Amino acid sequence: MSNSNAVQDAVDYSRFPDAEGHFGPYGGRFVPETLMAPLAELTEAYLRYRNDPDFLAEFDRDCADFVGRPSPLYLAERWTKKVGGAEIWLKREDLNHTGAHKINNTIGQALLASRMGKTRLIAETGAGQHGVASATIAARLGLECVVYMGAEDIQRQAPNVYRMRLLGAKVVPVTSGTRTLKDALNEAMRDWVTNVDDTFYIIGTVAGPHPYPMMVRDFQSIIGREARQQILEKTGALPDALVACVGGGSNAIGLFHPFLNDAEVAMYGVEAGGFGIESGKHAAPLCAGKPGVLHGNRTYLMEDENGQIIGTHSVSAGLDYPGVGPEHSWLKDIRRACYVSVTDDEAMDAFHKLTRSEGIIPALETAHALAYAEKLAAELGPGKRIIVNLSGRGDKDINTVATREGIEL
Amino acid sequence: MSRLAERFRQLKRDGRRALIPYITAGDPHPDLTVTLMHALVDAGADVVEVGVPFSDPIGDGPVIQLACERALAHGTGIRDVLAMVARFREKDAETPVVLMGYMNPVEIMGYQGFARAAADAGVDGVLIVDLPPEEMGELSGCLADSDLDPIFLVAPTTTEQRMRTICDHARGFVYYVSLKGVTGSGTLDMDSVGERVNRIHSMTGLPVGVGFGIDSAEKAAAMGRVADAVVVGSALVKQIEAHAHDHQAVVREVSGLLRSMRKALDAEAAPQTA
Ligand SMILES: Cc1ncc(COP(=O)(O)O)c(C=O)c1O
Repeated sequence: MSNSNAVQDAVDYSRFPDAEGHFGPYGGRFVPETLMAPLAELTEAYLRYRNDPDFLAEFDRDCADFVGRPSPLYLAERWTKKVGGAEIWLKREDLNHTGAHKINNTIGQALLASRMGKTRLIAETGAGQHGVASATIAARLGLECVVYMGAEDIQRQAPNVYRMRLLGAKVVPVTSGTRTLKDALNEAMRDWVTNVDDTFYIIGTVAGPHPYPMMVRDFQSIIGREARQQILEKTGALPDALVACVGGGSNAIGLFHPFLNDAEVAMYGVEAGGFGIESGKHAAPLCAGKPGVLHGNRTYLMEDENGQIIGTHSVSAGLDYPGVGPEHSWLKDIRRACYVSVTDDEAMDAFHKLTRSEGIIPALETAHALAYAEKLAAELGPGKRIIVNLSGRGDKDINTVATREGIEL
Repeated sequence: MSRLAERFRQLKRDGRRALIPYITAGDPHPDLTVTLMHALVDAGADVVEVGVPFSDPIGDGPVIQLACERALAHGTGIRDVLAMVARFREKDAETPVVLMGYMNPVEIMGYQGFARAAADAGVDGVLIVDLPPEEMGELSGCLADSDLDPIFLVAPTTTEQRMRTICDHARGFVYYVSLKGVTGSGTLDMDSVGERVNRIHSMTGLPVGVGFGIDSAEKAAAMGRVADAVVVGSALVKQIEAHAHDHQAVVREVSGLLRSMRKALDAEAAPQTA
């Protein structure tokens, strides 16, 4: 594949992935044979419903009345002033029902599951936001829900575990491997292999085998479609840059995708730098990894010289993942988007700054995007505009923040 | 003729079913793997399937997951596994060896590097659990150039059309997964397995093996009635797990279980050859 800049202008982004789910050399369908037929069935159903007026109307109605969309695009005036550079606009996904962007995707997939006659939803979760969003829509549709969550994350995100249980979901602790998000994904895949007939697997990010990276992107693109319209209405111009944190990459691609053909809009995906890239303890496969195959697709990964997936570290459970959605790997190689990282400490700092200057407590995942946005705003200077995806609110993280600061709640 | 083809030809001539045990390389310890491979052959293995440990084995149940973790605790990587096969080959030039594993370790070695190294080590077949024929790409040619047989799974969910695609790509044998699930789980529905195996036979001249969930001599014998080969993994690995710290006991128990399966399988086959 070519990664010259010249190619970039000619790319029609709406034509990706190809029919087999490839974004250049990335993506695809690397799964045990048992899942090939269910994935084909899912793809066929999704392609049928993605243009079905009834399906789209129901999705829009739920987004409006159940989630509270459109989410506002908010100018962070005091913070902008403090930084003294480009204007910083926040796309307020934190105001969605359940407190993050994750709900957009779970509604889309759950509506699809009902139409396919599946009665049992399963999901993996890291920070618990996707698990809560899945449990929420399962409760609303009267479907059974099982959520796989790494034993370590269950410790870190106790309030979300309880929320899922209140909503009637069964939360299954995963004790294999590193006991975090990647292992929860493994376990959910194994459940699906075993219960393919009645079960729908709701993947929470733009990873996994085709059609998930495409389907989750499409459902999350409501973020970017709204933001594009809102910024044009409010300022009469497109933004100079977009910034979003990248765990698996769903909130980032949701914001980026509707702007991909706007060549003048720069895009920055922010990975978790943990203790710093040079420490090796981070979760930044795009910044410091290599291409490989994990969880059903080819993408950048954190791996050792034997091809084993290595443990990641981030203060935020939702970014603690050794892979990334394949479309991001492709956007990196063709240089349409730029991927950077910020450390735990920088994210914590940004967490406090936004809280104190705007009265918005962001999720720790989101705080990574905020930390980079602050640097970028200073760099770009006044007269420019940045949209940051405020992917979630930080209520779930107050225990983590307090503990880091030696406070017992 | 490849070692696998030659072995299946002999078996057919003798009216016998192939018994194919699986162990994870490096489990319970890298020092024991080659010894264990020879012991499997002594106990009646016709083909030995060697697992390449992987950190994220999504097709495997808890038994083989733990086997991978034990092997990885000793740092067993894909190059180490190939070195073990090479050492096995020093004393056994006949028994076919099939590598079973996941895509990422192969990716990191590079397709050509992997294929050449595997062939040099004396590997005969390669089964990559998370690699359907559609995603083979250049690996297909690399395996062919090195005379390695690509082995594919057919599942209970596989459609007729895909079954045909898989049979077109497969060499060595076709591996039918006898249940919906991961390795080591579930109960088998013998009738549906028989039907599916017949379907595969109608599409290819290759032998058909059956595996996943075969954990006793009785089940092995029953599968031998419908298939050309019986693959046994988790049941053996469970014995390794139970005796992980006593290497003699591992060899004894694993051999004992396999021998009982061999006996049951041959008892089934006997009337046909009589
Ligand atoms: C608030 C929030 N932002 C971001 C993420 C990261 O996921 P993704 O990269 O798919 O948006 C998570 C994941 O849990 C999250 O909860």
